[in-house]
Amino acid sequence: MAAILPANPISSDPSLERVRPQGNPPTRKVVAPWADALFATLAQGAAWLTLSLLVGILVSLLFGAAPAIEKYGLSFLWTSDWDPVQEKFGGLVMIYGTLTTSLIALVIAVPVSFGIAVFLTELSPSWLKRPLGIAVELLAAVPSIVYGMWGLLVFGPILATYVQQPLQSLLSGVPYLGALVSGPPVGIGILSAGIILAIMIIPFIASVMRDVFEVTPPMLKESAYGLGATTWEVVSRVVLPYTKTGVMGGVMLGLGRALGETMAVTFVIGNMNQLNSLSVFEAANSITSALANEFAEAGEGLHQASLIYLGLVLFFITFVVLACSKVLLARLKKSEGARA
Amino acid sequence: MTLNQLRVGLIFAACAVALPAAQAQDVTGAGASFPAPIYAKWADAYNKASGARINYQSVGSGAGIRQIKAKTVDFGASDAPLKDEELAKDGLVQFPTVIGGVVPVVNIKGINPGQVKLTGQVLGDIYLGKITKWNDAAITALNPGVALPDAAIAPVRRADGSGTSFLFTNYLSKVNAEWKSKVGEGTAVNWPTGAGGKGNEGVSAFVMRLPNSIGYVEYAYAKQNKMSHVLLKNQAGNFVAPADSAFKAAAAGAEWTKSFYQVLTEQPGKDSWPITGATFILMHKQQDKPANAANSLKFFDWAYANGDKTADDMDYVPLPASVKELVRKLWADNLKDAAGKAVSFK
Repeated sequence: MAAILPANPISSDPSLERVRPQGNPPTRKVVAPWADALFATLAQGAAWLTLSLLVGILVSLLFGAAPAIEKYGLSFLWTSDWDPVQEKFGGLVMIYGTLTTSLIALVIAVPVSFGIAVFLTELSPSWLKRPLGIAVELLAAVPSIVYGMWGLLVFGPILATYVQQPLQSLLSGVPYLGALVSGPPVGIGILSAGIILAIMIIPFIASVMRDVFEVTPPMLKESAYGLGATTWEVVSRVVLPYTKTGVMGGVMLGLGRALGETMAVTFVIGNMNQLNSLSVFEAANSITSALANEFAEAGEGLHQASLIYLGLVLFFITFVVLACSKVLLARLKKSEGARA
Repeated sequence: MTLNQLRVGLIFAACAVALPAAQAQDVTGAGASFPAPIYAKWADAYNKASGARINYQSVGSGAGIRQIKAKTVDFGASDAPLKDEELAKDGLVQFPTVIGGVVPVVNIKGINPGQVKLTGQVLGDIYLGKITKWNDAAITALNPGVALPDAAIAPVRRADGSGTSFLFTNYLSKVNAEWKSKVGEGTAVNWPTGAGGKGNEGVSAFVMRLPNSIGYVEYAYAKQNKMSHVLLKNQAGNFVAPADSAFKAAAAGAEWTKSFYQVLTEQPGKDSWPITGATFILMHKQQDKPANAANSLKFFDWAYANGDKTADDMDYVPLPASVKELVRKLWADNLKDAAGKAVSFK
């Protein structure tokens, strides 16, 4: 390229001399120099405010959790006792519940959202695109407590009758799978919470995916189609590589929401602070749900400190998730350079 | 804008700020959620009667205790009474306002309200996970002639910390030794088994939905939702049904003259309902804001005098007149302003 085109075509070509601006550019009239300075300060202030709030929250969490951190240290993370009466606390059940429900939610939500986005951008007849897109976005506007009540009153019984009981009778003798679906057939527990969370985060992930798929330059897609690529090949070889940052962003947005969701989870997870088995139908607890349920009645001292410690752990989990996604994106970018 | 206009404007602005302060009758309280409906109803009626406003925030007993200790509210409210030592430590006084009961409810096909009889021992064993079937010998022995199914019991309990759970676990600790040693009592405990519902409404929703379940809710919820309550054996050995009279009987047996630290579970009396409890108000002995304290006391004094009918309508039980007099005496003797003068509530 550099050999054919000079780096700066205007200055090196004398025939273009006349298009150069004549005389000095008009001086900019400075109306209020302090306004610029003020705006810059305010903008900077806004950025610092967020950062200092973040630090403030972290510090106050650390401060509040100090008694529990002192007493249990890191063993809090792998102890599963939660006994407010005898003041023995460990966060394993809640941490496990938060991570598992979010994982289940992602496993369900990502493929479904991908399907929605591909359908809306590549396959759907144009008259269906708008209403369907709006319908998916409307799902995001439903308050989480509504999902919780629906999960408890409608979805839970359906799950228990048509999924759990058949699965239990099917797998009753099988060694590991049987244990995975054991538990009282009430339709609340880790799986229900995960599925409700999936329904809640699908609109977020799907609309981000659809938006980024839409910005893929049509030229790229049409070139690929022109070369005889199928729709799947276009999506997987052209659209996805072009939009992977946005797609990852959407997934992380969904994961963030799943980790932090409280009301809907507390309705359907069963709020059991014990881990009797690894069954997905077993009632468990999540960090947010434990906080919402117990904080108001927790007396001062170790119970309250342990709850704040849980909050700190959640803070840390979301931080790690965010960091991991950044690292993943950086890796993707690097490998892209290697291929080219 | 001339200077004069500015001055007038400023005066108006100052008035606008000063106006709410001038009628500073607003009193804030926070705490227990169990009595929140009756406090709201009383506050509304009191507002109409006297013009004073009472803001009550139903934030939970634990939070209510925290807030009164930090003096962010004029009165705190708690379902579980504080021990006398703890009150003394923080310079607080407590007094009861209304009485309520906790009722075990079941959902078994073909079983009507009041048909199943249980003892505290058996109830404790169910929640310990030791009795797992409705046709267990321990239950059928108490219920001859009742067709109990060969089905697993699904225990339901509160997921959130609550005064209801406190009364329930306090009762089980009194009547079931194993419960006392393994689980104990508290607003939140380490439940050995059972699904957790959020709030009374969560538990009643679970119980009504899950076949063969058992749960415990406040009396008002059981009554209003027409749930199948069980009969419990009280200390005198009688099987009693939950009713206003049974709660009153339990309250009558308490020794209020000694201390207001009274948990009314497993009280003597042949008609006493065994899981009864009062809900309490907490205030500082030494009042920094005597005007607010006086307004709080006036409100409760008014409620004691005029609120019994409302309480009855809402399925709470008013305090006996003798206890109300004791409370008024407590106010007169203990609540002082900074100068040591008693806070007037008349």
